[in-house]
Amino acid sequence: MQELKTELTPAEIRDQKPYEAWGLSEREYDYISQKLIGRLPNYTETGLFAVMWSEHCSYKDSKPILRKFWNDGSRVIQGPGEGAGVLDIGDGQAVVFKAESHNHPSFVEPFEGAATGVGGIIRDIFSMGAKPIASLDSLRFGELDNPKNRYLLTEIVAGIAAYGNCIGIPTVGGEIGFDSVYDGNPLVNVMCVGLMDQADLKRGRATGTGNSIIYVGAKTGRDGIHGATFASNEFSEDKEADRSAVQVGDPFMEKLLTDACLEIIHDHADILMGIQDMGAAGLVSSSAEMASKAKSGVTMNLDLVPQREPNMSAYEIMLSESQERMLLCVKKGEEQTVLDIFARYDLDAVVVGHVTDDRQYRLYQHGKCVTDVPVTSLVDDVVEREQPSTKPARLENVQPAETPVVMNPAETLNKLLAQPTIASKQVVFKQYDSQVQANTAVTPGSDAAVVRVRHTKKALAMTTDCNARFIYLDPYAGGQIAVSEAARNIVASGGIPIGITDCLNFGSPNDPESYWELDQSVQGIALACEQFDTPVISGNVSMYNETDGHSIYPTPMIGMVGLIEDIAYLTTQSFKASGDAVYLIGETGNDFAGSEIQKLQGQLTPTGQINFDLAAETANQQLVQQAIRQGLLQNAHDLSEGGVGVAIAEALFEHDLGFEGQTRLTNSQLFSETQSRFIVSVSPDKQAEFEALAGDKAVLIGQTTHQDQLLIKTADGELKATRSKLKATFGGALGCLMK
Amino acid sequence: MMKFAVVSFPGSNCDEDLYYAIKDDLHEAATIVPHTTTDLSGFDVVLIPGGFSYGDYLRSGAIAKFAPVMPAVKTFAQAGRPVLGICNGFQILTEAGLLPGTLQHNRQMQFICEPEPLKVENNQTMFTSAFQDQQQITLPIAHGEGNYYCDEATLMRLRENHQIAFTYQNNPNGSVSDIAGITNEAGNVLGMMPHPERAVETIQGGTDGLLVFKSLLQAHLRTV
Repeated sequence: MQELKTELTPAEIRDQKPYEAWGLSEREYDYISQKLIGRLPNYTETGLFAVMWSEHCSYKDSKPILRKFWNDGSRVIQGPGEGAGVLDIGDGQAVVFKAESHNHPSFVEPFEGAATGVGGIIRDIFSMGAKPIASLDSLRFGELDNPKNRYLLTEIVAGIAAYGNCIGIPTVGGEIGFDSVYDGNPLVNVMCVGLMDQADLKRGRATGTGNSIIYVGAKTGRDGIHGATFASNEFSEDKEADRSAVQVGDPFMEKLLTDACLEIIHDHADILMGIQDMGAAGLVSSSAEMASKAKSGVTMNLDLVPQREPNMSAYEIMLSESQERMLLCVKKGEEQTVLDIFARYDLDAVVVGHVTDDRQYRLYQHGKCVTDVPVTSLVDDVVEREQPSTKPARLENVQPAETPVVMNPAETLNKLLAQPTIASKQVVFKQYDSQVQANTAVTPGSDAAVVRVRHTKKALAMTTDCNARFIYLDPYAGGQIAVSEAARNIVASGGIPIGITDCLNFGSPNDPESYWELDQSVQGIALACEQFDTPVISGNVSMYNETDGHSIYPTPMIGMVGLIEDIAYLTTQSFKASGDAVYLIGETGNDFAGSEIQKLQGQLTPTGQINFDLAAETANQQLVQQAIRQGLLQNAHDLSEGGVGVAIAEALFEHDLGFEGQTRLTNSQLFSETQSRFIVSVSPDKQAEFEALAGDKAVLIGQTTHQDQLLIKTADGELKATRSKLKATFGGALGCLMK
Repeated sequence: MMKFAVVSFPGSNCDEDLYYAIKDDLHEAATIVPHTTTDLSGFDVVLIPGGFSYGDYLRSGAIAKFAPVMPAVKTFAQAGRPVLGICNGFQILTEAGLLPGTLQHNRQMQFICEPEPLKVENNQTMFTSAFQDQQQITLPIAHGEGNYYCDEATLMRLRENHQIAFTYQNNPNGSVSDIAGITNEAGNVLGMMPHPERAVETIQGGTDGLLVFKSLLQAHLRTV
């Protein structure tokens, strides 16, 4: 009862300003009370405004920038603004996907933070009517010589595994990177992909006056209150005590919820008017957004909301972020059909309110009206703030990066393969069930994961990517590179890139330099997306990634999905047989800015100038696409961290092959990270046809062998290494660092 | 058509994979039956799928053994008819007392998902007759509690009665005597940790798993 007794009056709220601690500014408070509702909001209402007006829910700071994204395209069925975006993949089917960050909770409580990150994004996918078919994780940690980072990595991976494995959605890939800027601020970005028949599409709408609002799933507890506000503030070490803002996940409940909701969507689409996940800001955001999108009002009786704890205040019920809950809008008179289905799954489902036609948002508790405000004031009237933006001083007068001296290329290659960002992630990936649903054609560790579409000849390729070191050096080019590298991964696996989702992980928007970085990288991403015809169909913004004043590198993670129109085009990154000709596609320059070799040689903070040519990137991708369609390639592998040297080594490991060749590149250039390049192999009988197609875009650099050796003669020396030793380094490095 | 029942518990997640393996790849009839079913007599084989059941928060299979369907599974097994438990299904069968021993947490206390080389130790069962004796095969594993344990006396009996059907080539989880799959003494109940239903098509990485189901089909054809 304590909360009820101590609840402040509207006048006390005005005078004592508790809302400032909840993230609402005085100016916003005044605007709400004077312009939007014409009176002082009460305690509950103030709490609702604070959370709905947080950056996490409203995107008030980032929206002016996010509008620069490109989200058209012939495949788009649903763009940003719903639970997830939807793209047409032919045959009446659609792919649904979205990524979301769970950075702050995963730092405070890594196991549950990561687990509930997985759970939240899954609900966004099935709420659209899609069966979740795969998830991927993009993770960033500080360096592993810090025991705290080893702990975070171990627990975050365990949390992802615990949730994903139990619920039966294969975790098919993702990537993991390490840099000391993520000390105290790890990134946990989870992407989920779903498959549906277009006819099953559902949206989060509370339509039809008199229709019922049904609450289903876990009971509402006090966990996660102000989680959205928590995500919209900078972090400090003493906030580690802030555990009430972290939720606890129950994947078994979520599995039941998924199956039950999909059954209703498939079998009772006519009575289900809308459905939405209770994600950030729980019951208030889901109900208010559903009403806003339908241009309706909603009235709910909070006494009917299933509660886990006694004496919860209206404020607590509305702001709770308890997991595994959904909100449905069901046709009046048909409620029992839906309630019966949930009962069969042993799920709590209750009619908690109804749709009104006056666009007011009303809540009742203990017979009293505790909230009565316009729906639009919560959702649509949030005042956007275009923040001041300044180009960081480090980006003035940028010089080309120094070319590293490589005396012993074999030793350099071995060291690069041991870098945790490059080394094999199998020690992590094998903790994920990557094969449940029995559709996984390419498991984690290749350029892109591939999941076939059962009963068709299609497959979906998917990848997550972001090289933040490049974005730190040039957000505009870096944004283009992030999309391009994701597209290269898709193309190398035999697919056509069709769309992206993103998690924009940045520092505080109140820092003009951070805001500038966000703006520039979004513009870079938008440019590349338009070039590749990959609209941005969903996404998430995570700002305030700062701990004790130190910001992370701007890290806009790109999650891309590609369509493999015929499974016959499926291509993997490994060389397949001895005696195949190996070609390097794309020009190689002295691109060491932000490279792994720069970091290896002691330049921990990247320096130098980024070069990128979107036209060359497109041309090279088109060549690989065409060559795959003509059946000319044995493998295709995109070049990224560690350049040619690392890419050739990686392609040898799966089938224990060797390589012998020569190149006009120098020792150093073997490790240059020039963009837009691929390594491909061609069997001897197809060489002539491939060379005719490729022209001067591809250069023959050698052939695969049976030897346990990687031998490349360079312009100024040679790289001669034992493949089995390289493989042992690559395979064992991360496991050693984690111990 | 041979009729396969795939039992689905709340939270089961490999039931559909089994269903499709039977229907699309073995080309026989499959039905997913809910945990509330009390009569399985109309089926030729009962399959207990892998994944999780009831979230497995207490111990894998510990809740599922009390499901309403379990008496019918026991009746079916006691009649000498084939019951195959895969992964979580194996755990449920040991919990229910239809197979000896138990499955503990993996030695390294982590979930493992990877293709695993196996040896067929006994190809004289109704689940393994399509394999060669001592054939080396590869099937995917995906489990956190696959570390098979039984006492010495039980192990002796398993050996004497040729109840060990599959063993691991590179023991991934600490199982006693590298055991990956065992039958009951009568030979009509098989529990195995590897997932044969995930290895029935080339695109999944191999087709060795299909032979488990083909063996059941052969055994069925011999009886009709």
